[in-house]
Amino acid sequence: MSTNDTRIDVLAASLRAVLGDEQVITDRQRRRTYECDGLAQYRVIPALVVLPRTAEQCAAVVRACVEARVPYVARGSGTGLSGGALPHADGVLVVTSQLRDIVEVAPADERAVVQPGVINLHVTRAASPYGYYYAPDPSSQQICSIGGNVAENSGGAHCLKYGFTTNHVLGLEIVTPDGELVRLGGRTPDPPGYDLVGAFVGSEGTLGIATEVTVRLVRLPESVRTLLAAFPGTDAAGAATSAIIAAGVVPAAVEMMDALAIEAAEAAVHCGYPAGAGAVLIVELDGPEPEVADQFTQVERLCRDAGAFEIRIAADEGERALFWRGRKSAFAAVGRISPDYIVQDGVIPRTALPEVLRRIADLSAARGIRVANVFHAGDGNLHPLVLFDDGVEGQAERAEEVSGAILELCVEYGGSITGEHGVGMDKAKYLPRMYTDDDLDTMQLLRCAFDPHGLANPGKIFPTPRLCGEVPGRRKGPHPLQEAGLAEVF
Amino acid sequence: MSDPTLDALRAALDSAGDPDGGGLVRPAGEGDLLAGRRPRYVAAPASTAQVAAVLRTAAGHGLTVVARGGGTRQDWAAPPERLDLVVETARLTGVVEHAAGDLIVAVRAGTRLDELADRLAPAGQQLALDVPLAGGTVGGAISANPSGPRRMRYGTVRDLLIGVTVVRADGVVARAGGRVVKNVAGYDLGKLVTGAYGTLGLVTEAVFRLHPLPAATAYVRRWVDGPEAAGPLVAAVLGAQVVPSAVEVDAPPGDGVEVTVLLEGTPAGVAARAASTAALLGAGADVSAEAPPGWGAYPWEPGGVGLKLTAALSGVPGLLATARAAAGRYRAPLAVRGSAGTGVLHAGLPAATEPPVVAALLDELREATARAGGHAVVLTAPPPVRELVDLWGPVPGLALMRRIKAQFDPDARLAPGRFVGGI
Repeated sequence: MSTNDTRIDVLAASLRAVLGDEQVITDRQRRRTYECDGLAQYRVIPALVVLPRTAEQCAAVVRACVEARVPYVARGSGTGLSGGALPHADGVLVVTSQLRDIVEVAPADERAVVQPGVINLHVTRAASPYGYYYAPDPSSQQICSIGGNVAENSGGAHCLKYGFTTNHVLGLEIVTPDGELVRLGGRTPDPPGYDLVGAFVGSEGTLGIATEVTVRLVRLPESVRTLLAAFPGTDAAGAATSAIIAAGVVPAAVEMMDALAIEAAEAAVHCGYPAGAGAVLIVELDGPEPEVADQFTQVERLCRDAGAFEIRIAADEGERALFWRGRKSAFAAVGRISPDYIVQDGVIPRTALPEVLRRIADLSAARGIRVANVFHAGDGNLHPLVLFDDGVEGQAERAEEVSGAILELCVEYGGSITGEHGVGMDKAKYLPRMYTDDDLDTMQLLRCAFDPHGLANPGKIFPTPRLCGEVPGRRKGPHPLQEAGLAEVF
Repeated sequence: MSDPTLDALRAALDSAGDPDGGGLVRPAGEGDLLAGRRPRYVAAPASTAQVAAVLRTAAGHGLTVVARGGGTRQDWAAPPERLDLVVETARLTGVVEHAAGDLIVAVRAGTRLDELADRLAPAGQQLALDVPLAGGTVGGAISANPSGPRRMRYGTVRDLLIGVTVVRADGVVARAGGRVVKNVAGYDLGKLVTGAYGTLGLVTEAVFRLHPLPAATAYVRRWVDGPEAAGPLVAAVLGAQVVPSAVEVDAPPGDGVEVTVLLEGTPAGVAARAASTAALLGAGADVSAEAPPGWGAYPWEPGGVGLKLTAALSGVPGLLATARAAAGRYRAPLAVRGSAGTGVLHAGLPAATEPPVVAALLDELREATARAGGHAVVLTAPPPVRELVDLWGPVPGLALMRRIKAQFDPDARLAPGRFVGGI
């Protein structure tokens, strides 16, 4: 038995005493259930799995890990697509799914207080009887947890108008990487001091574990109108998107799918999109009725002007759901037309859309790898689905190359390697394409302030961890005194 | 007599190039007093590289540094404990890129917000930040994080800032975020430096998301007898679906309270919503295309006492009532004005108010805001008041904040003492 096994056994025994036997999983088969998150190509069986039922238990777990110098990884529903919740083989996986109380819904304050294991959609369900909802709506909202949303700063189709998780979280209770329970922010905006809530949201579990989240609730809109416009190709659909934005309209969502994505969606959910479409746009407007009516007519006209050959307007909630079904099922649907696929997540400036799509098509043709495009067109967030057959020699590698090249394109056009899925373990190697060593070093000053031992979700986000013991701001080049001729080096 | 430190600062600026006229450095004079402190030197670098060179040199010489933009809020927060070098951003100006089709702008930190607005308006766009004090700069807005009525619709700096270039205390240049609105790559350092009063680094460039300028606006307002009458009106507007851009209350010293709702959008939409809002506010509601007097302005005169009060939405009427009752007991002309739609209010007292009265009022307001889940922070006050009061009140997460400061600025040379807990 290795030293680490012994260390984990000791840790398991001490955590059983705190959490109870049921909440500590040592059995290998049961641990294996947690070997991956939504990015299933990476699999690591955690040394130990714990399921705390309270914030205090969660803090006790972290304290025990720090004492034993054992790394730990937090996991919500495990739907993440960047391997952010990939376990550590010698570490503890802290699963927050048992922390699932909706603590409070306060419509008069436009707030809800929830535990991290609460499912995203359940917040909206709890608030909607009062006429409110929780705006961030990742496609996985029926199963993803608020704690995971906080870690990843999740977006969704409607963040074009309503913003991301970071714009909707006001307060947190976290377990710091020291194992201390600390409250950051609160029910009101602008607490005095640094914006620690802002720093924490999107830190992918590297700055601690959220145990309670205070979110903003948004009043349900008076009117929601959705149209589906079919275009001959993505260029025309892209032009329509640009025209809508240029007209000063801020739609709740503008989503695009190309021909291959449409084909997949038809095969999977029979959404009945217009035949012969090279691209479809789903445009949704919400808000006060007169405003929406006004702008909806405008959007219809702009779509026609850009070359839409068919426009369907959702007559009721059922039709609206049908439009969305094709879009929301797109990731899983490509399974119908390809045995294997990679879901990519990158961002480009919206205006570069036609050019980047052409270059993706070139990449696809050159490598003989099909790419289906689904994206949040309004904010330039691409989700290319790179299709391949693992059974065919070399295809997986070529698909990986195409997928990586798409990220390079995003960076080349001044965008980002991730719009909403996070860096996690999957994209750590790409982060240096966006940021210099100095940028990454500076980000890690924050990490060192929270987690000097580097035990909170190590190996995620940053390709090269900073050693926190170093004196911050280590000098590069000559000392300024020397530079100024006031001192010499002997 | 030559001053080796001054020479070193000059050499640093020279070595970092001369992009557009070059940076300047000079000994400080009488006119350079900052929050009552007289610095030794003033530098005006003209590029991020020059700021980096100046801060590297300052690090080598152990100089404490404070940045100065428009100078509109140098009397906010605490004065720096020590001050050797002021870095002016007056030459660090201009729009780097305005990508109208992408609704973003990259701008240098010394750019004035009103000049930026003029630059964006022809494209029908705006950086949707209210500017309560004329002359403020982009860098100043990031550092002091002011807000006005429209925060209800557009949020504040933290919500609009999508990319930032910061020079650290040791002169290292770091960027975070980028030029696209949707981006979760790396830590969001933009949020960390927002409202940090320059204690973590010097912001040299920022990228913001923009919004279309509304085609039409309307202000619907009603004067009522007091907080008790204002509360239900505010609640009615919030509970309706009129999507206000702002819901403001204005409670000047005395009795009444004015509730004003700002609506923005298409002409037809605004007209219809203004009518529904006027109905919600009841008899006597007035609809106008013009902002009422004092709209978005702080309720204090220069040199006076300025407070920021936050409360959960349902607690705003109670806070107004408490404030007015306390002001009556101390016979203090307390004015309160702000966003009832977000629970962020400002309160002001004249400069001549007796410091013990300010302190006593602050205690009561701090209790009242705490009951409503918020905070009472002294933004600015005359020196005798500062000696009597704790500017910040309780600060959740202070220990973590100290650790962050220690990482970013271990020698505490950036605006030392200016921020919470003596950071």
